[in-house]
Amino acid sequence: MSMIEFHDVEKYYGKFHALKDINLTVDRGEVVTIIGPSGSGKSTLLRTINGLERVQSGQLIVNDFDLADKKTDMNKIRKNVGMVFQHFNLYANKTVMQNITLGPTLVLKRNKDEVHEEALALLDQVGLRDKADSYPSALSGGQKQRIAIARSLAMKPKALLFDEPTSALDPETIGDVLDVMKTIAEGGMTMVVVTHEMGFARHVGNRIVFMADGQILEDASDVGAFFDHPKEPRAQEFLSKIINH
Amino acid sequence: MLNILVNNFPELMSGLGYTLMSSLIALVGSLIIGTAFALMEISTHRWVSVIGNIYVEVVRNIPLLVITMAFYVIVPQYIAQIDGFTAGTIGLTIYTSAFIAETVRAGIQSVAVGQMEGARSVGMTYSQAMIQIIFPQAFKIVIPPLGNQFINLVKNSSILAFVAGFDLMYQGKIIANATFNTFDTYLAVGVLYLILTMPLSYFMRYLEKKWAVA
Repeated sequence: MSMIEFHDVEKYYGKFHALKDINLTVDRGEVVTIIGPSGSGKSTLLRTINGLERVQSGQLIVNDFDLADKKTDMNKIRKNVGMVFQHFNLYANKTVMQNITLGPTLVLKRNKDEVHEEALALLDQVGLRDKADSYPSALSGGQKQRIAIARSLAMKPKALLFDEPTSALDPETIGDVLDVMKTIAEGGMTMVVVTHEMGFARHVGNRIVFMADGQILEDASDVGAFFDHPKEPRAQEFLSKIINH
Repeated sequence: MLNILVNNFPELMSGLGYTLMSSLIALVGSLIIGTAFALMEISTHRWVSVIGNIYVEVVRNIPLLVITMAFYVIVPQYIAQIDGFTAGTIGLTIYTSAFIAETVRAGIQSVAVGQMEGARSVGMTYSQAMIQIIFPQAFKIVIPPLGNQFINLVKNSSILAFVAGFDLMYQGKIIANATFNTFDTYLAVGVLYLILTMPLSYFMRYLEKKWAVA
C-alpha cells in the first residue's frame, strides 16, 4: 500500500531544473529520510508532496490524489498530509493552544471541546502542557518545534513531512525534538524527513534517499549498509564530509 | 479668538459635525476599499494585480482637489444628482484608499512567508489563512502608518470647503469673510481640527501598545 508515488516527476523554477526525473514510492508506515548537500532539491521534493510547490510534469500521487493534475484540490491533500518546517511557522498571533486547535476546528470543523481535550493530550505527549496559554514568541526553538509537531498531529494526518526540523535549533534542544519524532515513527506514522541528523536517519528511518543536483542518486532500504558502503561516489563524498567533523 | 468661537458657535459646531461625519465615512470606506485593492495588488492572478496597481498609481498621483472636483462636476452632470458633501466625501474616500492600499499591502507582505505556509499546510484556504493569521499580524504592523493616513484624512476633509460641503473649513471661510477677522477665525478652526485629530492620534498609539503585547 503506497502513500506517496512519484512517477517521472519534473519541476522547474523558470529555467532552473529543480527536480529531475524523480521516481519514488513511499509505503504506508514507512519512515524515509532524505539526505544530500544543500541545493540538491530535498526540500523542494518534500514541498511538492503537500502542494506547496507545483510539479510541471509526471505523476505525483499522494493519498490517491494526483498533485500533478491542476484540478486537484490541494486543501484536501493538506488535511491529510502534515508538514513540519525548519522555521516552525507557528502562528505568531495565536497561543500554543490556538495553534494546535485552529486546524481541526476551522478546517475539519470538529467540536471545540473534543479538540481541546486532544490538544492537551498532544501537549502532554510533547511535554509542554504548561505552555498551552503562551505565545510562540515566549518559547525556545526546541519548544516551538515540538508545538509545531503537535499542531500537525492534531489534524490526524495520514503522513507527516519534516523539512529539516532540527536545523534551526540549538544543539541542546535537538534531542527533545528527535525523541518526539521517534515516538511518532514508532507509532506507525508514514514519515518523510529531510534532515542532516545522521543518527536519526540511521536508527529511526527504514529507508534512506540520497539526492544531489535535483536527482535521486541512491535509494537504500538497508540503511546500515548505505552508511557503511554507499554505492554512489557523490554519496561517499557527502558522508565522508559529514562524518569526519 | 474666543469672540469668534462664541459668536459663531452654532456654525462652527455644525461645521465640526460635517467634518467629523465626512471623516468617519471616508475612514471606514477607504479602509475597506484600500484593503480590497491591497489584496488585488498581491494577487497571483496577473491581471488582477495589474488592475490593483493601476488604481493605486493613478489615484495617489492625482491631487485630491482634482479627484473631488471630478465627482462634484462630472457625476452630477452625467450620472446622479449629488451634493457637495457627498462628492467631497467620495473624493476623499477614493483618494485615501490608494494610500491605505499601499500601507496594507506593505503590512501583509511584511508578515513572514512562513505564516501563510504554516496555515496552508494544515489545509486552510487562502482566505481562511488571510483572515485568521495574516491580517491580524499585518494590521498590528501597519497601525502607525495607518494612523498617519487617518490623521491626513481628517485634515484633508477640508477639501469639502471647495465644493460647498458645509464642513469646518467652509464655515471658517464664511465667518472670516463676514467678520474680516481672518487670523482669529482660522485659529479657532485650527483648534477645532486639533480636537478631532489629537484623540485619533492617541487612540492609534493606544491600539499600537495594546496589540504589541500578544
